[in-house]
Amino acid sequence: MGQPVELILLKQVAGYLATPMFLVDPAGNLLYYNEPAEELLGRRYEETGQMPLEEWGTIFSPTDSLGRPMPPEDLPLARALNGRRPSVGSFFIRGLDGVSRHLSVTAVPLEGAGGTNLGALAIFWALPRR
Amino acid sequence: MNVVLRGVRGSLPSPRPETARYGGNTSCLEVRAVPRCVTVLDAGTGIRAVDGKASELERVDVLLTHLHMDHILGLGFFRPLYQPDLEVHLWGPPSATQSLHARLTRYLSPPLFPVRLRDLPCRLELHDAPRGRFDLPGLAVTADLVCHPGPTLGYRLEGEGGGVLAYLSDHEPALGTGSVTGPPAWTSGYDLARGADVLIHDAQFTDEEYPSHIGWGHSSVSHALAFAELTGVRCLVPFHHDPDHEDQALDAIYATVGRGRSFAVTPAQEGAELTIGG
Repeated sequence: MGQPVELILLKQVAGYLATPMFLVDPAGNLLYYNEPAEELLGRRYEETGQMPLEEWGTIFSPTDSLGRPMPPEDLPLARALNGRRPSVGSFFIRGLDGVSRHLSVTAVPLEGAGGTNLGALAIFWALPRR
Repeated sequence: MNVVLRGVRGSLPSPRPETARYGGNTSCLEVRAVPRCVTVLDAGTGIRAVDGKASELERVDVLLTHLHMDHILGLGFFRPLYQPDLEVHLWGPPSATQSLHARLTRYLSPPLFPVRLRDLPCRLELHDAPRGRFDLPGLAVTADLVCHPGPTLGYRLEGEGGGVLAYLSDHEPALGTGSVTGPPAWTSGYDLARGADVLIHDAQFTDEEYPSHIGWGHSSVSHALAFAELTGVRCLVPFHHDPDHEDQALDAIYATVGRGRSFAVTPAQEGAELTIGG
């Protein structure tokens, strides 16, 4: 099944930008993250491939500022996807390269013409370690 | 289904002696799948030649890929629109902000055109074409958005008696990647064209012209060939010829490109007829 052209174009834009981006489908399945995101997540997208929300929501071991594990549904991307509104948050992850990073994430739902749910897009920003 | 190419030129009507053989009218295909019904793909200036003896028709469907002028320029001159009580359906791409009616009336209203849509005597219905499958008389139609500036649809028509026609008149699947090598799931238009008997596809530019037109929404000849290869079609009909490409230039472009390929290559020519499926 081919991807909607909106996601195809978004992937192409993301491929050109130095801003880390992470793209999921309406069911929350990871579709793509770009090279700048690969640096934060510690692994190339070609090595992880597509994965469901339950997997990407835990594989990077997200924790809050007190070090408590965050459930996948509390991540900004999952909130944007499920709530159909933008969501912002910051948390810590452990990349698949073993490096811990502090991230700010802005996630937006993607809506096509006629209200089609196309999934959601997250933009990452690496924050300095405290 | 029977298909007649009524307009094959891109961007601008180009009627002059040097374009007479391939044709100068802009995009329009006439499709007949069942008696007394006609499906028209795009409403470029070629639509004037649609065999529209309105008195013999019960229903007309016009499927617009998008609303750029070369695809709607003939709409106001389409005879069935002036046939009282004839059932006419206009289908077009959905917009995030405006109805098809609102967008079309920018052109079909004074001062650009003397007749308003609401004053047409036919029984006119406008539809945002759904993304996915819908049925027309004798045809299963699938529409989906494809890569071109502004909302633009490609169409896949499957005849009740078999046969698949894919129509992607304005399409730049190489945008952002510079090639059409897949993967299929990330290639615009793939599902529409996959395995089609006939693919009518944008091939506006030569390979030399394309680099200075990236993002204009059109394909080079090589990209159209690669897209046909990727989608596994049986016949590619390069379409939407550039207004500057006269007959001799098109002859030269297509003299050898079909050799050694797994599919036939037949550049679109105004008036050509295709029979697809049973």
